[in-house]
Amino acid sequence: MNGSPNDVLSGVVASLRNTWRGLTSMRTALILLFLLALGALPGALLPQYSLNAAAVQRYQAEHPTISPLLDRLGFFDVFSAVWFAAIYLLLFVSLVGCLVPRSLDYARGLRARPVATPRNLSRLPHHAAASVTAEPAEVTAAARRLLRGWRTAEAVEPSGAHTVSAERGYLREAGNLVFHFALLALLVTFAVGKLYGYEGQVIVLAGGGQFCNSGLLAYDSFKPGIRVDGTRLDPFCVRMDGFTAEYEPNGQPRSFQADIGYQDAAAFGAGPAGATVGGAAGAWRAATLRVNHPLRLGGARVYLIGHGYAPRFTVTFPDGQQRTSAIQWRSVDTTTLLSEGATKFDPPGVTDPEQRRQRQLAITGLFAPTAFFDGAVLSSSFPAPRDPAVAIDVLRGDLGTESGRGQSIFGVDQSMVESGRLVRVARQNLLLGEQLTLDDGTVVRFDGVQQWVSLQVSHDPAQQWVLLSALCVLAGLGASLSIRRRRFWVRAAPITEAEGGGRTVVEVGGLARTDQAGYGEEFTRLAALVLRGDPEPSRGRPAALARKE
Amino acid sequence: MTVNTTLATYSDWCYAGAVIVYLLALLLHGVQFAAGRRRAAAPELVAAGGGGQASTTNPPGDGTSGTRDAAATAGRMAVSLTVLGAMIHGASLLLRALAVQRVPWGNMYEFGSAICLAAVVTWLVLLRRHRVSGLGVFVLLPVVILLFTSGTLLYTKAAPLQPALRSYWIAIHVFAAVIASGVLLVAGAASVGYLMRTSGRAERLPAADVLDRLAYRATIVAFPVWTFAIIAGAIWAETAWGRYWGWDPKETVALVAWVVYAGYLHARATAGWRRGAAWINVAGLAVMIFNLFFVNLVVSGFHSYAGVG
Repeated sequence: MNGSPNDVLSGVVASLRNTWRGLTSMRTALILLFLLALGALPGALLPQYSLNAAAVQRYQAEHPTISPLLDRLGFFDVFSAVWFAAIYLLLFVSLVGCLVPRSLDYARGLRARPVATPRNLSRLPHHAAASVTAEPAEVTAAARRLLRGWRTAEAVEPSGAHTVSAERGYLREAGNLVFHFALLALLVTFAVGKLYGYEGQVIVLAGGGQFCNSGLLAYDSFKPGIRVDGTRLDPFCVRMDGFTAEYEPNGQPRSFQADIGYQDAAAFGAGPAGATVGGAAGAWRAATLRVNHPLRLGGARVYLIGHGYAPRFTVTFPDGQQRTSAIQWRSVDTTTLLSEGATKFDPPGVTDPEQRRQRQLAITGLFAPTAFFDGAVLSSSFPAPRDPAVAIDVLRGDLGTESGRGQSIFGVDQSMVESGRLVRVARQNLLLGEQLTLDDGTVVRFDGVQQWVSLQVSHDPAQQWVLLSALCVLAGLGASLSIRRRRFWVRAAPITEAEGGGRTVVEVGGLARTDQAGYGEEFTRLAALVLRGDPEPSRGRPAALARKE
Repeated sequence: MTVNTTLATYSDWCYAGAVIVYLLALLLHGVQFAAGRRRAAAPELVAAGGGGQASTTNPPGDGTSGTRDAAATAGRMAVSLTVLGAMIHGASLLLRALAVQRVPWGNMYEFGSAICLAAVVTWLVLLRRHRVSGLGVFVLLPVVILLFTSGTLLYTKAAPLQPALRSYWIAIHVFAAVIASGVLLVAGAASVGYLMRTSGRAERLPAADVLDRLAYRATIVAFPVWTFAIIAGAIWAETAWGRYWGWDPKETVALVAWVVYAGYLHARATAGWRRGAAWINVAGLAVMIFNLFFVNLVVSGFHSYAGVG
């Protein structure tokens, strides 16, 4: 290269073209497919932040040496990793590069005439010949009637032979193109849903607990799409009236059902001032939530995804003031619903933060819906609340709620316990209705059990388009795998006077352009009909039939 | 909903019976294979001993024709036993369904059993069209292993479904997954056979191009079914879990298998890639088996319905 601008330019163009050709070749597509499969595997085998952040932390604690490297490589968040996106984007660029020229070819091919009859039909995979009394023109006319649904072209060769070339199965390639374009559409609609959708979970106490989809803060956890800022969510409210769980005698759950009331956008009215509560516009409508039966409200869906217990404690402070609280505890055993948690109390009427931080209370421990005691150790023998009991520690002191650190609602801040600012003042098992008294006269009473349900709210504005794309994928796939592109030729040549004359030699040939298997039967049937030489074809066998495998 | 324990017991007996019958069929296929191998080696010995007596109607050497007949007879008996086994196996699933009043693929034991039945029925359908009973060992061996594992390690008593599975989608999504898995098992066996045949280690197997075509045709039937199974699963997931796709381990590995089989179809469409394609098909089957065992038993996810442990 001598460095002239033209050479440089053509060099760049050539290398770009080669890169493009390389990228759109089948070999590259196969390698990218393989990489996609390989790349997705860690997403299935390693815990993922997006699915279970706690599991990721557990894994990292157990594998301290390799975890930092895995984390840096994005192996705990594969499906958001740059390299994973690179693989599928390259794959789809490669796909577009392959599809566009193929689509143009296909469009051209749709208008083209079937390929002219080859000179030597006996070289084709399927071939047969016979001599008939009909005229060549009659033979080809009958053949064209027979080949209804095929694209045909007729020609007369210089030798006087009449030929028909026929082709069928154009929909195979159409199906193929639909399949691949629908895959692209699937990816795009999937991405749109991820951008504009959101998913949130919230726990609501049965027996009147309410949830309104008013913003981020209404949720316990919320995963918004990039284009969702938490404002302008679909407006609706849900009230949890009751929850029923049924179990088999062995404790296996049979059904879960939540009876709810809801108000949707229509109930709030369209007016800018909003709806008046209690008026006709704000009426609660009843509905039932079950597993596999979500509530679908315009853009949002509400799912019943979990349930558990909230033991209710009443604390009577030494000055006679009472505080009652029921907060969700989480199950540690999914079959017996033995649960753990922490119910926390601030001393009433204490305004001085310093004082308050010395007298906060936490009730923490285990809850069993059906108590089973092994000595003094509480466990649960059945998931339904037949005989509830708690095994609790009562802690007093500074809960650390004003420390600025976030803390779990299911436990106490252990650093407060370790530093001695939160001290255990009692440990006891309580049956329903029992109580214990602390050294300062405070009485803690276990006086009830409430059920909670966890709801998921999902919004995905593109999911019906995803479904449509998926159905097109399926339809295209079905067409491209079940339809065969195949060709059929007829040559009817008159026998010259010198060779006897008066008869016509009919030759037929066939070629399946994709998979040969299965064309044989159809060819044999067609050949038999054509070789009869009748102007009106009917069932029967030809005089001579030779088929070459 | 109560479980009819009598029917459940009959179902278990049928299951055991089917495994025994398949095992016998497998042994007979083994005899067929071994006898065929001796036949393949025999002509050299005969030629060395003096080929002068050779005639077109009677192959020289009584032993040779004897083993060939033995191979053919063993093959026929194996196929007959396979038909019998499939009937008993079908009865086992039917009785289990009647015992629990639901579809008989609600836990991993039943799922594995149903996949094996799908594979055996696919195999028998293929046998009607193609003379490929020489491949029997390759199909029945994984079936027997899978059934034995399901029946011992993964056995689950007849029980009603858990709430999450109570949906008509279990009849659609899981059924499609069963059919696709069963057919792909046979396709994978054919590809293994193809690879052995073309490497020259198993002359007794059906011709290489027959095996290749068998694998291809089974795969192009199963691939759309598998696609449908994934789509149906996504629709069900939207109803049950609040999202149609969430990279749950089972979903992810199902997609990986789909991608591998898509790779197979592309490789097979590329000239000169027959052996490469066969390897990809075997890899696809490996991913399917991995998805069945490892993901169900070791990895925790939404699809933890194995009912084991």
